[in-house]
Amino acid sequence: MNTTQWTPDQPIVSMRDVHKSFGNLEVLKGISLDVRKGEVICIIGPSGSGKSTLIRCINALNDIQGGSIKVEGQEVHDKNLDKLELRQKVGMVFQQYNLFPHKTALENVMMAPVKVLKEPKDEVQERALKLLKKVRLDGKEHSYPGELSGGQQQRVAIARSLAMRPDIMLFDEVTAALDPETVKEVLITIKELAQEGMTCILVTHEMGFAREIADHIYFTDRGVIVEHGPPSTFFKNATDPRTQEFLSQIL
Amino acid sequence: MLDLFIEFFRQLAEDYPRWNFVFFHDERQWNRLLSGFYYTVWLSVACLIFSVVIGVAGAWLQGSPSRLVRSVVQGYIQFFRNTPPFVQLLFFYFALGQFTPTITAADGWTVEPIISNVGWAIVSLSFFAGAFNVEIFRAGIEAVPESTKEAASSLGFSRLQTYTEVVLPLAFRVCLPALNNNLVNLVKTTTQAIGIAVPELLYQCVGIWNDYPSALYPTMLVLFLLFILLVGVLVYSMHRWERAMRIPGYGG
Ligand SMILES: Nc1ncnc2c1ncn2[C@@H]1O[C@H](COP(=O)(O)OP(=O)(O)OP(=O)(O)O)[C@@H](O)[C@H]1O
Ligand SMILES: [Mg+2]
Repeated sequence: MNTTQWTPDQPIVSMRDVHKSFGNLEVLKGISLDVRKGEVICIIGPSGSGKSTLIRCINALNDIQGGSIKVEGQEVHDKNLDKLELRQKVGMVFQQYNLFPHKTALENVMMAPVKVLKEPKDEVQERALKLLKKVRLDGKEHSYPGELSGGQQQRVAIARSLAMRPDIMLFDEVTAALDPETVKEVLITIKELAQEGMTCILVTHEMGFAREIADHIYFTDRGVIVEHGPPSTFFKNATDPRTQEFLSQIL
Repeated sequence: MLDLFIEFFRQLAEDYPRWNFVFFHDERQWNRLLSGFYYTVWLSVACLIFSVVIGVAGAWLQGSPSRLVRSVVQGYIQFFRNTPPFVQLLFFYFALGQFTPTITAADGWTVEPIISNVGWAIVSLSFFAGAFNVEIFRAGIEAVPESTKEAASSLGFSRLQTYTEVVLPLAFRVCLPALNNNLVNLVKTTTQAIGIAVPELLYQCVGIWNDYPSALYPTMLVLFLLFILLVGVLVYSMHRWERAMRIPGYGG
């Protein structure tokens, strides 16, 4: 495996003509995009357009039928890929949090570094406590997911991903299952992360948020990227009728 | 005190010949009963452990990507679930027992099979109960949401790690009631080991009432009571375990 060629001035994630089908249903029809280190990109688009599928291909939760996806210069869909290394580099947060219900918040955060990376427990615990504090959950370390609100659970999930010290974070509609008040606390956490320089790829329906934090916005529809650009131009000068229609419905 | 106890049952046997609790006033019969009880406990514990191990391993193999492996597990379940356990026991002991190697016993000149009748009883009963345990665990595993497993994958857990760290602990909680039932059945089924002369509780009791027909009713009574005790202890510990495993804010 050859990672030495990648340098931080090259795109950290690079997708080229990615095709993905579920059986006969072609969901991604030639997606290309580049993400640079420290960039925040948002993917927006109507339901069923393939946004989740797109970001799930980046950490190989979905396989692809054509094209190439490189993370730090390494082909993700290479058969010989070290999946563990990829997943350490790429953290993911899901719409439904997906915490481990039988573990406390602290244990959820500690589990992967201890079990997967085999790091010493006391070191991990120190880091986990800091992360929980960072997502404003100090005092909830020993609560089980079932005892936490949706917003709190989602912040545990973010801390759990960060505990692996990823270079890239994927967020798939992480506020879609939350009620309006708790949406804000999660968005603040993501914003802080972005400001610290974390490379973030977000699928979101929060247009205001996307406008505020994104460096680049991609609009997808029926498996293709219809239009993209920095928020300043994207929201004002959308040219494609599909984008205009979507924005008019959502804004 | 003990003398009074013994004297009472001796007198009872004299006054009412059908109620000869022979093991309460004859030490040799008492030892027989006790040794039978120990055998049954030991047989039950061994089979409980092995059958749970078989269940966990079988459920894991059922999720294997290899079709061959999955068919073998399925074949195993079908065979053991659809044939009588007593026939399985005889088959293991008389048919398979012929093909296992023998060793020279401690006395230096008799030859013994490497797997004794007790060994075969454990093997056969474990596989019998194990077949049901595979199905029970599978139901529990299927109750764990795909998204939870996906979260584990996304954190770098291998398939095996996901299974041991996430799926099993959650599945266990779901399937404890069904597991409980099957294990109760297993304990009761150990009496079938009498068919290959394993000196467990039923074997010893039959021995006692054959030697002392006047002890038939009392022995049966004690036999029932001992099983109620044994199963009671099992059910009680399973409930304690179930309670200890309950997760705050999760499930019922
Ligand atoms: N595992 C799967 N098997 C079959 N089809 C799937 C699978 N996952 C997604 N699809 C299909 O792929 C298409 C795109 O799904 P995807 O989840 O990527 O959309 P999305 O843009 O994330 O939508 P939403 O905004 O509703 O989350 C949909 O038509 C969906 O039915
Ligand atoms: Mg989606």
